[in-house]
Amino acid sequence: MQLEQLVSKFQEKDVKAFETLYNMYSESMHGVIFNIVRDNEIAEELMQDVFVKVWHKSDTYSVKKGRFFTWILNIARNAAIDKTRSKNFKNLNKNLNADFFVDILQNNESLDNKTDAIGITKFVTKLADKCKQVIELLYFKGYTQKEASKTLEMPIGTIKTRNRQCINELRTMLDV
Amino acid sequence: MDIKKYIDSGILELYVAGTLSEKESQEVYELTQQYPELLEEVKNIEASIIKLAAAVSPKETKQSFDTIKAQITSGENETKVIPLDKPKTPWFTYVGWAASLVLAAGLLWMLNENNTLKEQIRIVKTNKELLETQIENANNSLAEAEKLVEVLRDRNIIEVPLAGQGNFANAYAKVYWDKNSNNIYLDAKDLPEAPQGKVYQVWSLTLNPLTPTSLGTIDDFNTDGNKIFAIANANASEAFGITLEQAGGSDTPTMEQLYTLGVVASTP
Repeated sequence: MQLEQLVSKFQEKDVKAFETLYNMYSESMHGVIFNIVRDNEIAEELMQDVFVKVWHKSDTYSVKKGRFFTWILNIARNAAIDKTRSKNFKNLNKNLNADFFVDILQNNESLDNKTDAIGITKFVTKLADKCKQVIELLYFKGYTQKEASKTLEMPIGTIKTRNRQCINELRTMLDV
Repeated sequence: MDIKKYIDSGILELYVAGTLSEKESQEVYELTQQYPELLEEVKNIEASIIKLAAAVSPKETKQSFDTIKAQITSGENETKVIPLDKPKTPWFTYVGWAASLVLAAGLLWMLNENNTLKEQIRIVKTNKELLETQIENANNSLAEAEKLVEVLRDRNIIEVPLAGQGNFANAYAKVYWDKNSNNIYLDAKDLPEAPQGKVYQVWSLTLNPLTPTSLGTIDDFNTDGNKIFAIANANASEAFGITLEQAGGSDTPTMEQLYTLGVVASTP
């Protein structure tokens, strides 16, 4: 089934369609959330919250506003970031700034996963540092172009073109 | 449109990241509907990010869709329960709205009433001022009249009737001469209105030889109410005359325009 059809069925509260969408995006959302909160228990809890929220807010999505993936990515990032700002989360004394998604990949590799993550890791760690940073901020942290340009101390236009180069490298590695 | 250039700009990557504004995103969406290549590119970018993000996920998740399904379907049951409570809410809402409408209407009515009263007060005030002015005018007229009566009753007053002359036989005036205060009071009630650009000029005359002395012009003749004019006169007048002259007056009387003339009866 086409994505458009799936999404419109989901918006008509079709649970089956929602399950298909869940299977398409849950793993990547888990990755995004985990990268922000760095705690698997919290990440799983948030995942559940996020998809329940997605279900209830289905009518607020419009294909004109952007990709369905982008929409749930936004909800997931916001939920995770809100969590890191909450009081009891801060009490956990997490040091969140130390690592990028790349570090998680390297740790995952040592966990001897059954998935193809190992293959990806091999490639992704080869990405230039500047690429790792840009991808981290724009996709995993939901920074705006302006915020990313401030954080990385480079012009806004450069962020746009560099990001394009980096995603191109990533796509070559992943063969997409 | 240069598709390749558009793709190379990097805007599609930002579109997937969700950093574009709503308007920009809509533009990209519309272009992807027009150009399949763009849609293909967007899908590939998205796929690469999904793969990357999935790789970051710690795979040992206990969670499955069933947990979420249980939550969203129980949520559905809850929404079915809610309607039972619903009738309660509208009652308060309607009464609240009704009350606020009544209050608003009342406020409007009072505001209107207040404005009407203010307007009435304003009218009454204006009337009062008008009446006060009238009373003041009446008082002034009365004072003037009393003063005139006073003058006329004075035994030292010399009355000099000025009879109409020549073409102006109908004209008539009278001078009351108060020698003590060196004033004359000219009663010019029976003179016609002075034509435009002309004024009456009052003259004091000595008869032998005939010498006119101007006592001045009556500039406000047409507008004066009682047509009685107080004029200073320190001359040893033997007669008084009134002529019609050009505005501003003349040095000597224009005899063709002599309206009235009268001789002082006896010189004390």
